[in-house]
Amino acid sequence: MSRKIPEEQYKKTRSYRLKQWLEGSKDPYLDQIEMKPQKDFKENKAQKEQRKAEKDRLFARIYDVEHNAEMRIFRKIYRIFSVLFCIFLVLMLLSAVSYLPTIGHAENPANNEVAARYIENGLQETGAVNIVTGMILDYRAFDTLGESHVLFIATCTVLILLRIDGKKGKNAVDVPMENDRTHEPKNDVILQTVAKILVPPIVIFGIYVILGGHLGPGGGFSGGAIIGAGLILYLNAFGFEKTERFFRASTYKKLSFTALACYSLSKCYSFYTGANHIESVIPLGTPGAILSSGLILVLNICVGVVVAGTMYTFYVMFRKGGY
Amino acid sequence: MAAIEWIRFLIGALLLLSGLAIFAIEMVGVFRFKYVLNRMHAAAMGDTLGIGFSLVGLIVMNGLNFTSLKLFFVIVFLWFSSPTSSHLIARLEVTTDEEPKKHYRRMTIDEVEKEMAARNENETEEMGEE
Repeated sequence: MSRKIPEEQYKKTRSYRLKQWLEGSKDPYLDQIEMKPQKDFKENKAQKEQRKAEKDRLFARIYDVEHNAEMRIFRKIYRIFSVLFCIFLVLMLLSAVSYLPTIGHAENPANNEVAARYIENGLQETGAVNIVTGMILDYRAFDTLGESHVLFIATCTVLILLRIDGKKGKNAVDVPMENDRTHEPKNDVILQTVAKILVPPIVIFGIYVILGGHLGPGGGFSGGAIIGAGLILYLNAFGFEKTERFFRASTYKKLSFTALACYSLSKCYSFYTGANHIESVIPLGTPGAILSSGLILVLNICVGVVVAGTMYTFYVMFRKGGY
Repeated sequence: MAAIEWIRFLIGALLLLSGLAIFAIEMVGVFRFKYVLNRMHAAAMGDTLGIGFSLVGLIVMNGLNFTSLKLFFVIVFLWFSSPTSSHLIARLEVTTDEEPKKHYRRMTIDEVEKEMAARNENETEEMGEE
Protein backbone atom coordinates (compact mmCIF):
# COMPACT_ATOMS: atom_id res chain seq x y z
CA MET A 1 0.00 0.00 0.00
CA SER A 2 1.55 3.21 -1.12
CA ARG A 3 -1.43 5.24 0.06
CA LYS A 4 -0.82 7.71 2.86
CA ILE A 5 -4.33 7.45 4.35
CA PRO A 6 -5.93 4.20 5.55
CA GLU A 7 -8.33 2.26 3.37
CA GLU A 8 -11.53 3.19 5.20
CA GLN A 9 -10.75 6.89 5.14
CA TYR A 10 -9.92 6.66 1.45
CA LYS A 11 -13.35 5.20 0.67
CA LYS A 12 -15.00 8.37 1.95
CA THR A 13 -13.08 10.72 -0.34
CA ARG A 14 -14.32 12.22 -3.59
CA SER A 15 -11.60 10.62 -5.67
CA TYR A 16 -12.74 7.12 -4.67
CA ARG A 17 -16.31 7.96 -5.69
CA LEU A 18 -15.04 9.40 -8.99
CA LYS A 19 -13.04 6.23 -9.58
CA GLN A 20 -16.10 4.10 -8.87
CA TRP A 21 -18.15 6.17 -11.27
CA LEU A 22 -15.48 5.96 -13.98
CA GLU A 23 -15.18 2.21 -13.63
CA GLY A 24 -18.95 1.84 -13.58
CA SER A 25 -18.91 -0.30 -10.44
CA LYS A 26 -21.51 1.91 -8.73
CA ASP A 27 -24.28 4.00 -10.22
CA PRO A 28 -24.43 7.27 -8.26
CA TYR A 29 -28.08 7.82 -9.14
CA LEU A 30 -29.27 4.41 -8.00
CA ASP A 31 -31.53 4.65 -4.92
CA GLN A 32 -31.07 8.42 -5.01
CA ILE A 33 -33.78 9.38 -7.48
CA GLU A 34 -37.02 7.68 -8.45
CA MET A 35 -35.20 5.27 -10.76
CA LYS A 36 -35.81 1.69 -9.72
CA PRO A 37 -32.93 -0.80 -9.86
CA GLN A 38 -33.29 -3.49 -12.47
CA LYS A 39 -34.05 -6.89 -11.05
CA ASP A 40 -32.38 -10.04 -12.28
CA PHE A 41 -34.64 -12.49 -14.03
CA LYS A 42 -35.02 -15.49 -11.76
CA GLU A 43 -37.27 -18.53 -12.04
CA ASN A 44 -37.34 -21.76 -10.13
CA LYS A 45 -37.14 -25.20 -11.63
CA ALA A 46 -40.88 -25.84 -11.88
CA GLN A 47 -41.48 -22.57 -13.70
CA LYS A 48 -38.63 -23.30 -16.08
CA GLU A 49 -39.97 -26.75 -16.96
CA GLN A 50 -43.46 -25.45 -17.40
CA ARG A 51 -42.19 -22.79 -19.78
CA LYS A 52 -40.26 -25.40 -21.76
CA ALA A 53 -43.24 -27.74 -21.96
CA GLU A 54 -45.48 -24.93 -23.15
CA LYS A 55 -42.99 -23.99 -25.83
CA ASP A 56 -42.70 -27.61 -27.01
CA ARG A 57 -46.48 -28.00 -27.14
CA LEU A 58 -46.78 -24.79 -29.14
CA PHE A 59 -44.15 -25.89 -31.63
CA ALA A 60 -45.70 -29.34 -31.93
CA ARG A 61 -49.07 -27.78 -32.66
CA ILE A 62 -47.73 -25.32 -35.21
CA TYR A 63 -45.26 -27.48 -37.12
CA ASP A 64 -46.38 -31.04 -36.28
CA VAL A 65 -43.09 -32.48 -37.52
CA GLU A 66 -43.82 -36.08 -36.56
CA HIS A 67 -46.96 -36.48 -38.67
CA ASN A 68 -46.19 -34.11 -41.49
CA ALA A 69 -43.43 -35.47 -43.73
CA GLU A 70 -43.64 -32.51 -46.08
CA MET A 71 -42.97 -30.08 -43.25
CA ARG A 72 -40.01 -32.19 -42.03
CA ILE A 73 -38.34 -32.16 -45.44
CA PHE A 74 -39.14 -28.49 -45.96
CA ARG A 75 -37.51 -27.51 -42.67
CA LYS A 76 -34.32 -29.39 -43.49
CA ILE A 77 -34.08 -27.91 -46.98
CA TYR A 78 -34.96 -24.48 -45.61
CA ARG A 79 -32.00 -24.54 -43.24
CA ILE A 80 -29.54 -25.59 -45.94
CA PHE A 81 -30.82 -23.07 -48.45
CA SER A 82 -30.88 -20.21 -45.95
CA VAL A 83 -27.19 -20.71 -45.22
CA LEU A 84 -26.37 -20.98 -48.94
CA PHE A 85 -28.40 -17.88 -49.75
CA CYS A 86 -26.67 -15.88 -47.01
CA ILE A 87 -23.24 -16.88 -48.33
CA PHE A 88 -24.28 -15.96 -51.87
CA LEU A 89 -25.61 -12.58 -50.74
CA VAL A 90 -22.48 -11.78 -48.73
CA LEU A 91 -20.20 -12.70 -51.64
CA MET A 92 -22.25 -10.65 -54.10
CA LEU A 93 -22.23 -7.56 -51.86
CA LEU A 94 -18.51 -7.91 -51.14
CA SER A 95 -17.70 -8.14 -54.83
CA ALA A 96 -19.85 -5.07 -55.46
CA VAL A 97 -17.99 -3.19 -52.73
CA SER A 98 -14.67 -4.09 -54.32
CA TYR A 99 -15.73 -2.31 -57.53
CA LEU A 100 -16.63 0.95 -55.74
CA PRO A 101 -14.50 3.95 -56.74
CA THR A 102 -11.93 5.18 -54.24
CA ILE A 103 -13.06 7.84 -51.82
CA GLY A 104 -12.21 11.40 -52.80
CA HIS A 105 -10.94 10.62 -56.27
CA ALA A 106 -11.37 13.52 -58.68
CA GLU A 107 -12.86 11.41 -61.46
CA ASN A 108 -15.59 9.84 -59.37
CA PRO A 109 -19.09 9.79 -60.85
CA ALA A 110 -20.27 12.13 -58.07
CA ASN A 111 -18.13 14.97 -59.39
CA ASN A 112 -20.12 15.88 -62.46
CA GLU A 113 -21.73 18.92 -64.00
CA VAL A 114 -25.13 18.45 -62.26
CA ALA A 115 -24.34 20.41 -59.09
CA ALA A 116 -22.91 23.33 -61.05
CA ARG A 117 -25.98 23.42 -63.26
CA TYR A 118 -28.34 23.46 -60.26
CA ILE A 119 -26.56 26.45 -58.82
CA GLU A 120 -26.03 28.38 -62.04
CA ASN A 121 -29.28 27.77 -63.92
CA GLY A 122 -31.61 26.81 -61.05
CA LEU A 123 -33.26 30.21 -60.63
CA GLN A 124 -33.71 30.67 -64.35
CA GLU A 125 -35.15 27.23 -65.06
CA THR A 126 -37.36 26.64 -62.02
CA GLY A 127 -38.19 30.18 -60.95
CA ALA A 128 -37.61 29.33 -57.27
CA VAL A 129 -35.38 31.64 -55.23
CA ASN A 130 -34.71 28.80 -52.78
CA ILE A 131 -32.42 26.46 -54.73
CA VAL A 132 -33.15 23.49 -52.47
CA THR A 133 -36.89 23.71 -53.14
CA GLY A 134 -36.25 24.10 -56.84
CA MET A 135 -34.13 20.96 -56.68
CA ILE A 136 -36.46 18.69 -54.70
CA LEU A 137 -39.73 19.82 -56.29
CA ASP A 138 -38.65 20.44 -59.85
CA TYR A 139 -35.54 18.57 -60.94
CA ARG A 140 -36.14 15.71 -58.53
CA ALA A 141 -39.92 15.92 -58.15
CA PHE A 142 -40.25 12.22 -58.86
CA ASP A 143 -38.26 11.49 -55.72
CA THR A 144 -40.50 13.75 -53.62
CA LEU A 145 -43.57 12.10 -55.11
CA GLY A 146 -42.21 8.79 -53.83
CA GLU A 147 -41.63 10.32 -50.40
CA SER A 148 -45.23 11.54 -50.19
CA HIS A 149 -46.45 8.10 -51.16
CA VAL A 150 -44.19 6.54 -48.51
CA LEU A 151 -45.97 8.68 -45.92
CA PHE A 152 -49.33 7.63 -47.29
CA ILE A 153 -48.38 3.94 -47.28
CA ALA A 154 -47.06 4.25 -43.71
CA THR A 155 -50.40 5.69 -42.63
CA CYS A 156 -52.23 2.86 -44.37
CA THR A 157 -50.06 0.32 -42.55
CA VAL A 158 -50.68 1.97 -39.20
CA LEU A 159 -54.41 2.02 -39.98
CA ILE A 160 -54.32 -1.70 -40.76
CA LEU A 161 -52.37 -2.57 -37.62
CA LEU A 162 -53.89 -0.28 -35.01
CA ARG A 163 -57.42 0.49 -36.13
CA ILE A 164 -60.19 -0.72 -33.87
CA ASP A 165 -63.42 -1.37 -35.70
CA GLY A 166 -66.49 0.11 -34.14
CA LYS A 167 -68.91 -2.12 -36.01
CA LYS A 168 -70.78 -4.92 -34.30
CA GLY A 169 -70.27 -8.44 -35.53
CA LYS A 170 -68.80 -11.84 -34.82
CA ASN A 171 -65.22 -10.57 -34.53
CA ALA A 172 -66.02 -7.23 -32.92
CA VAL A 173 -63.67 -6.28 -30.10
CA ASP A 174 -65.24 -4.89 -26.96
CA VAL A 175 -63.52 -1.56 -26.41
CA PRO A 176 -64.24 0.51 -23.32
CA MET A 177 -64.36 3.92 -24.95
CA GLU A 178 -64.98 5.76 -21.69
CA ASN A 179 -61.58 4.75 -20.26
CA ASP A 180 -59.77 6.62 -23.00
CA ARG A 181 -59.88 10.05 -21.42
CA THR A 182 -59.65 9.27 -17.71
CA HIS A 183 -55.90 8.72 -17.44
CA GLU A 184 -54.71 12.05 -18.74
CA PRO A 185 -54.94 15.72 -17.88
CA LYS A 186 -58.42 16.21 -19.15
CA ASN A 187 -60.09 19.60 -19.09
CA ASP A 188 -56.92 21.17 -17.77
CA VAL A 189 -57.69 24.89 -17.57
CA ILE A 190 -54.08 25.99 -18.07
CA LEU A 191 -53.57 23.78 -21.11
CA GLN A 192 -56.89 24.82 -22.62
CA THR A 193 -56.20 28.52 -22.21
CA VAL A 194 -52.72 28.20 -23.69
CA ALA A 195 -54.02 26.08 -26.55
CA LYS A 196 -56.70 28.66 -27.33
CA ILE A 197 -53.97 31.30 -27.64
CA LEU A 198 -51.29 29.21 -29.35
CA VAL A 199 -53.07 26.94 -31.84
CA PRO A 200 -54.17 29.65 -34.35
CA PRO A 201 -50.66 31.22 -34.62
CA ILE A 202 -49.11 27.75 -34.99
CA VAL A 203 -51.42 26.81 -37.86
CA ILE A 204 -50.98 30.21 -39.52
CA PHE A 205 -47.19 29.89 -39.20
CA GLY A 206 -47.38 26.43 -40.79
CA ILE A 207 -49.35 27.85 -43.72
CA TYR A 208 -46.77 30.64 -44.04
CA VAL A 209 -43.93 28.10 -44.11
CA ILE A 210 -45.71 26.07 -46.80
CA LEU A 211 -46.54 29.06 -48.99
CA GLY A 212 -43.05 30.55 -48.64
CA GLY A 213 -41.29 27.32 -49.55
CA HIS A 214 -39.98 28.58 -52.89
CA LEU A 215 -38.93 31.98 -51.50
CA GLY A 216 -36.96 30.97 -48.42
CA PRO A 217 -36.38 28.20 -45.94
CA GLY A 218 -39.45 26.04 -45.55
CA GLY A 219 -41.64 23.92 -47.71
CA GLY A 220 -44.28 21.26 -47.57
CA PHE A 221 -42.62 18.85 -45.17
CA SER A 222 -41.73 21.33 -42.43
CA GLY A 223 -44.92 23.36 -42.75
CA GLY A 224 -47.07 20.24 -42.70
CA ALA A 225 -45.27 19.04 -39.58
CA ILE A 226 -45.99 22.40 -37.87
CA ILE A 227 -49.69 22.24 -38.77
CA GLY A 228 -49.86 18.64 -37.56
CA ALA A 229 -48.29 19.66 -34.24
CA GLY A 230 -50.89 22.42 -33.85
CA LEU A 231 -53.70 19.94 -34.46
CA ILE A 232 -52.22 17.50 -31.93
CA LEU A 233 -52.00 20.30 -29.33
CA TYR A 234 -55.65 21.18 -29.95
CA LEU A 235 -56.62 17.53 -29.61
CA ASN A 236 -54.72 17.18 -26.32
CA ALA A 237 -56.36 20.24 -24.85
CA PHE A 238 -59.96 19.73 -25.90
CA GLY A 239 -60.36 16.02 -26.59
CA PHE A 240 -61.75 14.11 -29.50
CA GLU A 241 -65.24 15.57 -29.41
CA LYS A 242 -64.04 18.94 -30.65
CA THR A 243 -61.59 17.73 -33.29
CA GLU A 244 -63.94 15.15 -34.74
CA ARG A 245 -66.23 17.95 -35.81
CA PHE A 246 -63.78 18.92 -38.53
CA PHE A 247 -61.23 16.11 -38.89
CA ARG A 248 -62.32 12.49 -39.19
CA ALA A 249 -60.84 9.49 -40.97
CA SER A 250 -62.98 10.23 -44.02
CA THR A 251 -61.64 13.80 -44.10
CA TYR A 252 -58.09 12.48 -44.02
CA LYS A 253 -58.81 10.02 -46.82
CA LYS A 254 -60.33 12.71 -49.02
CA LEU A 255 -57.58 15.23 -48.30
CA SER A 256 -54.64 12.92 -48.88
CA PHE A 257 -56.19 11.33 -51.95
CA THR A 258 -56.86 14.73 -53.48
CA ALA A 259 -53.38 15.98 -52.66
CA LEU A 260 -51.58 12.89 -53.95
CA ALA A 261 -53.70 12.74 -57.11
CA CYS A 262 -53.10 16.45 -57.74
CA TYR A 263 -49.35 15.97 -57.27
CA SER A 264 -49.22 12.91 -59.53
CA LEU A 265 -51.34 14.38 -62.32
CA SER A 266 -49.67 17.79 -62.40
CA LYS A 267 -46.23 16.22 -62.33
CA CYS A 268 -47.21 13.60 -64.90
CA TYR A 269 -47.78 16.47 -67.32
CA SER A 270 -44.22 17.63 -66.75
CA PHE A 271 -42.82 14.11 -67.06
CA TYR A 272 -44.86 13.51 -70.21
CA THR A 273 -43.34 16.52 -71.88
CA GLY A 274 -39.92 15.08 -71.11
CA ALA A 275 -39.29 16.83 -67.78
CA ASN A 276 -36.94 18.89 -69.82
CA HIS A 277 -38.38 22.39 -69.38
CA ILE A 278 -39.78 22.54 -72.84
CA GLU A 279 -42.32 25.33 -73.36
CA SER A 280 -45.39 24.57 -71.27
CA VAL A 281 -48.61 26.37 -70.44
CA ILE A 282 -47.54 26.87 -66.82
CA PRO A 283 -45.81 30.26 -66.48
CA LEU A 284 -42.80 30.61 -64.20
CA GLY A 285 -43.62 34.16 -63.12
CA THR A 286 -41.23 36.64 -61.58
CA PRO A 287 -38.82 35.09 -59.08
CA GLY A 288 -39.54 36.36 -55.58
CA ALA A 289 -43.30 36.75 -55.93
CA ILE A 290 -45.59 34.34 -54.08
CA LEU A 291 -47.36 33.21 -57.24
CA SER A 292 -44.25 32.20 -59.14
CA SER A 293 -42.06 29.23 -60.04
CA GLY A 294 -44.72 27.26 -61.84
CA LEU A 295 -45.81 24.05 -60.21
CA ILE A 296 -43.64 24.28 -57.09
CA LEU A 297 -46.22 26.18 -55.01
CA VAL A 298 -48.98 23.68 -55.87
CA LEU A 299 -46.72 20.73 -55.10
CA ASN A 300 -45.69 22.30 -51.78
CA ILE A 301 -49.34 22.67 -50.76
CA CYS A 302 -50.02 19.03 -51.71
CA VAL A 303 -47.05 17.75 -49.71
CA GLY A 304 -48.01 19.93 -46.73
CA VAL A 305 -51.57 18.59 -46.67
CA VAL A 306 -50.33 14.98 -46.79
CA VAL A 307 -47.73 15.51 -44.04
CA ALA A 308 -50.12 17.33 -41.69
CA GLY A 309 -52.78 14.65 -42.08
CA THR A 310 -50.23 11.88 -41.62
CA MET A 311 -48.85 13.32 -38.38
CA TYR A 312 -52.29 13.82 -36.91
CA THR A 313 -53.47 10.36 -38.00
CA PHE A 314 -50.40 8.67 -36.51
CA TYR A 315 -51.03 10.37 -33.18
CA VAL A 316 -54.71 9.47 -33.16
CA MET A 317 -54.02 5.87 -34.13
CA PHE A 318 -51.49 5.33 -31.36
CA ARG A 319 -53.71 7.17 -28.83
CA LYS A 320 -57.08 5.70 -29.46
CA GLY A 321 -57.03 3.41 -32.49
CA GLY A 322 -59.58 5.06 -34.73
CA TYR A 323 -61.48 8.26 -35.19
CA MET B 1 -21.76 56.36 -33.04
CA ALA B 2 -19.01 53.91 -32.23
CA ALA B 3 -19.60 54.45 -28.51
CA ILE B 4 -23.29 53.55 -28.86
CA GLU B 5 -22.34 50.43 -30.82
CA TRP B 6 -19.92 49.40 -28.08
CA ILE B 7 -22.49 50.01 -25.35
CA ARG B 8 -25.04 47.97 -27.25
CA PHE B 9 -22.57 45.13 -27.71
CA LEU B 10 -21.64 45.21 -24.02
CA ILE B 11 -25.27 45.13 -22.86
CA GLY B 12 -26.02 42.28 -25.27
CA ALA B 13 -22.97 40.32 -24.17
CA LEU B 14 -23.85 40.86 -20.51
CA LEU B 15 -27.40 39.58 -21.08
CA LEU B 16 -26.12 36.57 -23.02
CA LEU B 17 -23.60 35.75 -20.29
CA SER B 18 -26.24 36.00 -17.55
CA GLY B 19 -28.45 33.70 -19.62
CA LEU B 20 -25.60 31.22 -19.87
CA ALA B 21 -24.99 31.48 -16.12
CA ILE B 22 -28.65 30.66 -15.47
CA PHE B 23 -28.34 27.67 -17.77
CA ALA B 24 -25.29 26.51 -15.80
CA ILE B 25 -27.22 26.82 -12.52
CA GLU B 26 -30.05 24.89 -14.13
CA MET B 27 -27.73 22.04 -15.10
CA VAL B 28 -26.31 21.84 -11.56
CA GLY B 29 -29.83 21.73 -10.16
CA VAL B 30 -30.96 19.04 -12.59
CA PHE B 31 -28.09 16.79 -11.57
CA ARG B 32 -28.04 17.55 -7.82
CA PHE B 33 -31.69 17.45 -6.81
CA LYS B 34 -33.08 14.12 -5.71
CA TYR B 35 -36.80 14.44 -6.42
CA VAL B 36 -38.34 14.93 -9.82
CA LEU B 37 -40.42 18.00 -8.95
CA ASN B 38 -37.36 19.75 -7.53
CA ARG B 39 -35.40 18.89 -10.67
CA MET B 40 -38.23 20.18 -12.82
CA HIS B 41 -38.23 23.44 -10.91
CA ALA B 42 -34.54 23.87 -11.79
CA ALA B 43 -35.10 22.93 -15.42
CA ALA B 44 -38.07 25.27 -15.84
CA MET B 45 -35.94 28.18 -14.63
CA GLY B 46 -33.54 27.69 -17.55
CA ASP B 47 -36.38 27.22 -20.02
CA THR B 48 -37.97 30.55 -19.18
CA LEU B 49 -35.51 32.97 -17.60
CA GLY B 50 -32.31 31.64 -19.21
CA ILE B 51 -33.71 31.52 -22.72
CA GLY B 52 -35.39 34.90 -22.15
CA PHE B 53 -32.11 36.55 -21.15
CA SER B 54 -30.22 34.94 -24.04
CA LEU B 55 -32.77 35.98 -26.67
CA VAL B 56 -33.11 39.52 -25.29
CA GLY B 57 -29.31 39.74 -25.50
CA LEU B 58 -29.47 38.64 -29.13
CA ILE B 59 -32.19 41.22 -29.84
CA VAL B 60 -30.07 43.99 -28.30
CA MET B 61 -27.05 42.91 -30.33
CA ASN B 62 -29.10 42.65 -33.52
CA GLY B 63 -30.88 45.98 -33.29
CA LEU B 64 -34.50 46.64 -34.19
CA ASN B 65 -35.51 44.91 -37.41
CA PHE B 66 -37.64 42.02 -38.65
CA THR B 67 -35.29 39.36 -37.23
CA SER B 68 -35.55 40.80 -33.72
CA LEU B 69 -39.34 40.79 -34.04
CA LYS B 70 -39.13 37.07 -34.89
CA LEU B 71 -36.88 36.52 -31.85
CA PHE B 72 -39.42 38.36 -29.70
CA PHE B 73 -42.14 36.03 -30.95
CA VAL B 74 -39.91 33.05 -30.12
CA ILE B 75 -39.66 34.37 -26.52
CA VAL B 76 -43.45 34.78 -26.33
CA PHE B 77 -44.00 31.27 -27.68
CA LEU B 78 -41.51 29.70 -25.28
CA TRP B 79 -42.92 31.55 -22.28
CA PHE B 80 -46.36 30.22 -23.15
CA SER B 81 -45.43 26.65 -23.95
CA SER B 82 -42.61 25.73 -21.57
CA PRO B 83 -44.45 26.43 -18.25
CA THR B 84 -47.52 24.67 -19.62
CA SER B 85 -45.59 21.51 -20.45
CA SER B 86 -43.86 21.62 -17.04
CA HIS B 87 -47.28 21.96 -15.43
CA LEU B 88 -48.57 18.90 -17.28
CA ILE B 89 -45.53 16.79 -16.37
CA ALA B 90 -45.80 17.87 -12.72
CA ARG B 91 -49.46 16.97 -12.70
CA LEU B 92 -48.71 13.55 -14.13
CA GLU B 93 -46.00 13.01 -11.51
CA VAL B 94 -48.36 13.98 -8.68
CA THR B 95 -51.14 11.71 -9.91
CA THR B 96 -48.90 8.69 -10.49
CA ASP B 97 -46.55 9.02 -7.50
CA GLU B 98 -46.31 5.73 -5.63
CA GLU B 99 -44.98 7.13 -2.34
CA PRO B 100 -46.46 10.62 -2.05
CA LYS B 101 -45.98 10.81 1.73
CA LYS B 102 -42.23 10.41 1.31
CA HIS B 103 -41.97 13.32 -1.10
CA TYR B 104 -44.45 16.02 -0.14
CA ARG B 105 -47.39 16.91 2.13
CA ARG B 106 -50.84 17.92 1.07
CA MET B 107 -51.90 21.02 3.00
CA THR B 108 -54.81 23.40 2.94
CA ILE B 109 -54.13 27.13 3.01
CA ASP B 110 -55.32 27.38 6.64
CA GLU B 111 -52.74 24.78 7.71
CA VAL B 112 -50.00 26.64 5.86
CA GLU B 113 -50.95 29.92 7.52
CA LYS B 114 -51.03 28.27 10.97
CA GLU B 115 -47.61 26.75 10.43
CA MET B 116 -46.16 30.03 9.18
CA ALA B 117 -47.57 31.87 12.21
CA ALA B 118 -46.02 29.29 14.57
CA ARG B 119 -42.68 29.61 12.81
CA ASN B 120 -42.77 33.42 13.02
CA GLU B 121 -43.49 33.22 16.75
CA ASN B 122 -40.52 30.93 17.28
CA GLU B 123 -38.26 33.30 15.39
CA THR B 124 -39.40 36.34 17.37
CA GLU B 125 -38.84 34.44 20.62
CA GLU B 126 -35.32 33.56 19.55
CA MET B 127 -34.68 37.19 18.62
CA GLY B 128 -35.95 38.26 22.03
CA GLU B 129 -33.66 35.81 23.81
CA GLU B 130 -30.68 37.17 21.99
